[in-house]
Amino acid sequence: MSPSVPLQEMIRAIRSARTQCEERGVIQRECATIRAQFRQADNEGRSHNLAKLLYVHMLGYPAHFGQMECVRMIASPRYSEKRVGYLGAMMLLDEKQDASLLITNSIKNDLANSNQYVQSLALCTLACMGSAEMCRDLAPEINRLLRASNSYIKKKAALCAVHIVRKVQDLGELFAPSARCLLTEKNHGVLHGAVVLITELCECNPESLELVLIRWCQCLVISGYSPDHDVAGISDPFLQVRILRLLRILGHNNEAASDAMNDLLAQVATNTDSTKTVGNAVLYETVLTVLDIKSESGLRVLAVNILGRFLLNNDRNIRYIAMISLQKIVGTDHNAVQRHRGTIVDCLKDQDASVKRRALELSLALVSASNIRSMMKELLSFLSSCPPELRSQTASGIFIAAERYAPSQRWHIDTILHVLTTAGGDVRDETVPNLIQLITNTSELHCYTVHKLYRALHNDISQQPLVQVACWCIGEYGDLLLRGECQEMEPVQVTEDDVLDVLEAVLQSHMSSPSTRGFALTATMKLSTRITENVDRIRSIVSIYGSCIDVELQQRAVEYNALFKKYDHMRYSTEWLGQRFLVFVCSTFVVQSAGLSPPICGFPQVCDLLDLLGGSEPPLQSSPALGSTAPLPVGTAGTAGGDLLDLLGGLEPTAIMTVLLSVFSVAPTVSVYDKDGVTVTLSCEKQSDSGLSITLTASNSTDSDIRGFTLQAAVPKVCISSSFSFQVNLKMRLRISYTSQGSAVQDTVQVDSFPGLGH
Amino acid sequence: MIKFVLMVNRQGQTRLSRYYHPVELSRRAALEADVVRCCLSRKKDQCSFVEYKDFKLVYRQYAALYIVVGITDSENELSIYELVHNFVEVLDKYFSRVVSLNRVKNSWIQCQGVCRSLKHLK
Repeated sequence: MSPSVPLQEMIRAIRSARTQCEERGVIQRECATIRAQFRQADNEGRSHNLAKLLYVHMLGYPAHFGQMECVRMIASPRYSEKRVGYLGAMMLLDEKQDASLLITNSIKNDLANSNQYVQSLALCTLACMGSAEMCRDLAPEINRLLRASNSYIKKKAALCAVHIVRKVQDLGELFAPSARCLLTEKNHGVLHGAVVLITELCECNPESLELVLIRWCQCLVISGYSPDHDVAGISDPFLQVRILRLLRILGHNNEAASDAMNDLLAQVATNTDSTKTVGNAVLYETVLTVLDIKSESGLRVLAVNILGRFLLNNDRNIRYIAMISLQKIVGTDHNAVQRHRGTIVDCLKDQDASVKRRALELSLALVSASNIRSMMKELLSFLSSCPPELRSQTASGIFIAAERYAPSQRWHIDTILHVLTTAGGDVRDETVPNLIQLITNTSELHCYTVHKLYRALHNDISQQPLVQVACWCIGEYGDLLLRGECQEMEPVQVTEDDVLDVLEAVLQSHMSSPSTRGFALTATMKLSTRITENVDRIRSIVSIYGSCIDVELQQRAVEYNALFKKYDHMRYSTEWLGQRFLVFVCSTFVVQSAGLSPPICGFPQVCDLLDLLGGSEPPLQSSPALGSTAPLPVGTAGTAGGDLLDLLGGLEPTAIMTVLLSVFSVAPTVSVYDKDGVTVTLSCEKQSDSGLSITLTASNSTDSDIRGFTLQAAVPKVCISSSFSFQVNLKMRLRISYTSQGSAVQDTVQVDSFPGLGH
Repeated sequence: MIKFVLMVNRQGQTRLSRYYHPVELSRRAALEADVVRCCLSRKKDQCSFVEYKDFKLVYRQYAALYIVVGITDSENELSIYELVHNFVEVLDKYFSRVVSLNRVKNSWIQCQGVCRSLKHLK
């Protein structure tokens, strides 16, 4: 067994270890030696061994095998061993360990010891790790010691009592009378302990206080210079701070107590020297107390002024705590804090990140309707230079403030655009639809907004929210952009090619997210109605994305392509494609990232049409003029109203796309039914302004005969809305039934398109 | 309320630690490393008060030694700042040179004893 090394050797050995592994090795060897030596009954170097173990424990290694040794050493008669034993108990034992119960008896004995140092050891240990049971057992002893003659013991006993009160609140009443006696002590150490004890008692039980206490505090604080406890010229600042904190608790919801304290606090606030940090610490505590109790307004103004002085201090720590305190009172004493707004805003430019954060929070809280413009200027310049972790907080704060206090719409839009250009990546997602809503609502600024956004987009396409809003705007108000004139800005000639270049750049850029590309594609599409020359270019752009990997984009592109192919002719003659989308369509359009809601379905006029189609209008009983060329006898069926209604029963208004399809395909004659050799063709011609004649021709091209050929036709009654500039669509349902080769065939066919119906 | 007191050197090694609230041994090392990282990364002209999780850290640098005190929100930060300085002055008077605290040997026990005195201001 290696001889035990003294503590300092071991520390040196551990420190000289170069790697963690080496250190662990040294410590393990030492622990093994210590363990072996603990097992030996009598050993001279017991205290050293335990000291080494405690050092090892402090470095973070397990040392639980030393607990019993601690208990043994506490019971030893020698002071040096007791001392280390108690230290070990404080570090290694706590409530959860069973061994802690074993020392209760030792502590009890030591509390009654004649040597004050032994007594103090016991008191310290109890104050450090005493469990609730131990406290209950030993509380009367502590109470007795509180009244002892020795101030050293009294001081320690007071601290022990604090711990007991924290652990077992009921025992507070036991200590209250002794505590009050302690207040008359001269010794600052005892006083300090007493004040802490009384603070603890008051926190648990506020009724156990008296006004006499306050007068006593007053005497104490103003009392003369005491050289023993001087710290940088202030007499015992720690005690003063403690007393002030006690006063805060006493006066918290108590009018009478607060009144009694006013003079005292005013005196402390004015007389304390604030050139040193210590003095500032006392002043800070005074300010906290004034703000927390029910003080008079003059005193509150004094407190806020002290905080204002702190803000101008060179020491960063003091500026920081001033801002924390101001943050607490900005809700209640708003006007007082407003006076210091200039200084707070200056602190936004401070070097330190904590100070900046505090200044930002305070500035956002100080924004009001009267100072919105100047504050916003400061906040926006802060945004361009602030550290990245504060950006999103700043951006959202600016948005909230702008929304609440914007002096004009144009200013609001300008501010939001400024934020998007500087910190576009850090804004929240709902900013985009909010901004779009805002732009739509300010119709007089459309021209200005679209010009500004175009310019911003031209400069930089990396900020996604900005690009999205700009694309949407260009799509919506592209004609205003191309017109080139704008009252509020210098006119810039923008050609269609320029606009399409920008949109194409967005579409192709790596930096664009899928939703941004969606915006750009839709904007390109919308522009196809607003520009005249480059439709082909748009068509080619859109068709490229018909085979895009992104499903969303692909779907859009394909649908837009369909629009191109089928509705080209209506592009310029119909007005409704050129009409502005309604706002609510836009928000759903923008927010839903998946699925294309047909861009026309929100249309009110078209909705009327839907109603018409789906309406329960009784069908016209029209007997179609059959110019039949079939050699077979054609029997006109007795068309009862009911049958026709049935025919129409399934005629639900489908998606409007189909309606459009029906309206705009043009053919002179159309074959409506062609099956098994039986064909029915349809042609119509306009007889008069209000009349239409439809000719249905049925023919049989099979070899066999067809008997009992019946044709029933039904059309819904529709009325033409005057706002449409094209002729109304007609639908017709045909039911064909016949017998051929012994089997009966019945078919229903819907005719959506009527030849000869143009617009 | 003071939660803990740490003395660390520039390399992050703990020279002295005292916890006034029971903290498990395994958690202590992680806590110390985290706290030290927080304080060592700050520059000279920055504030001495750091907000860390749900309490505050007050730290002060003396040559190669950092003294970090973890406090709850209800505590007066400036007074703790002054207390740390007071503590260092006491140690200085007792051991005659604070910087050589790195080489404190047998008096490590006395150091712990002085830490006990901090309970006065707990």
